[in-house]
Amino acid sequence: MLRTFFSFLLCLPLAAAVHAASPGATTAHRDGYQVDIHEFRFQPAQLVVPAGAHVTWTNRDEEPHIVVSAGNGFASSPALDTGDRYTATFAKPGTYTYFCSIHPQMVGTIVVK
Amino acid sequence: MNDDHRDDNTRTPSRRRFLECMAWAGAGALWMVQGGVAQARLLGAAGDGTPAPAASFGFVQISDSHLGFHKAPNPDPVRSLRETIARINALPQRPDFILHTGDLTHLSKPEEFDTVAELLKEAKTGQVFYVPGEHDVIGDNGKAFFARFGHGANGGGWYSFDHGGVHFVALINVLNLQPGGLGFLGADQLAWLKRDLAGLSDSTPIVLFAHMPMWSLYPAWGWGTQDAAEALALLKRFGSVTVLNGHVHQIQQQVEGQVTFYTARSTAYPQPPPGAAATPGPLQDLPAGDLRHAIGLREVRHVRGAQPIAVTDRALD
Repeated sequence: MLRTFFSFLLCLPLAAAVHAASPGATTAHRDGYQVDIHEFRFQPAQLVVPAGAHVTWTNRDEEPHIVVSAGNGFASSPALDTGDRYTATFAKPGTYTYFCSIHPQMVGTIVVK
Repeated sequence: MNDDHRDDNTRTPSRRRFLECMAWAGAGALWMVQGGVAQARLLGAAGDGTPAPAASFGFVQISDSHLGFHKAPNPDPVRSLRETIARINALPQRPDFILHTGDLTHLSKPEEFDTVAELLKEAKTGQVFYVPGEHDVIGDNGKAFFARFGHGANGGGWYSFDHGGVHFVALINVLNLQPGGLGFLGADQLAWLKRDLAGLSDSTPIVLFAHMPMWSLYPAWGWGTQDAAEALALLKRFGSVTVLNGHVHQIQQQVEGQVTFYTARSTAYPQPPPGAAATPGPLQDLPAGDLRHAIGLREVRHVRGAQPIAVTDRALD
């Protein structure tokens, strides 16, 4: 599965470059968890990860989206255009609610155990 | 007819020549067939044998230019905004001003703001008034937007002005949005609105403009403003309230008592009608040639009478 993920990255050099500029990029793939942004939804809407996990959001919509922590629990993403990725690292256990401030009806949760 | 606002219309000859030159240069295919009229004119005296009253002044609403968007169905929103401006410049009566109801840009990038500002210099009008859309406030809560396009000294960016006997109110409903929420005005803005309206007589026509719809058009897609009812309660006593919004890239209309709500077309691309698609994203599979029927501008005229505000939407084709 990891290999599949890496070959997917190779197909997206531009997206990978954007990703590399985001926080936590250098080690992001080791414990990488994925959230797809598709059809104006975070998928999965709730993701359970262990402490220290890196979570990468990928925008697969034609519309831009943005990942904003509801309580400033983690750093918000810049605007993600089609294909752009953003990674955040979750060091401490807790429930992190986030949403898209461009389309606030889009809400997701990261549960860190 | 705009004697009371002659200052707005004063230009130096060199400025006028420049604008005419720019209008000609930007016209392209735009000196074109008059667009279809998609909304009824609300001129009160029509059909009763008396002549319709002359408009005292007119203005134009444009919206959702999304500069920076580069996909189907409109990979070139610069061109469509330029064409829209040429249409404005070709109107028989020059609009006293233009309202841009937000989403000037797609991603709040400095170069996108630059392009909007440059293009709208081509418009032959007194002034352009702006409110931000959610695409204009990404990453900085609107700091870059307000630095360029803000009006007045209110901390929140909202403002009002009077023109030709009409009171115009610009509201901001795209900041401090909450997860799962809709557009949001907030207590500070509502308190300001109450003070702003306090001295006005009930017969003053009100035109209120903001980016997101001020009524519950389709909350599942975020098409509404969660505390709009509190603003509308403050407007209840007025005999004529016109609410002009953008955001949904299509003409929608709603009448609630003395309040008429309108959303405008985009100058860039249309979005699906409420619930007609899986998502509110751009209508990408428009048949070739249909884009120009689905984008354009709105002309608004003030007529002294019982129904003082008349709205006419014009597509590019």
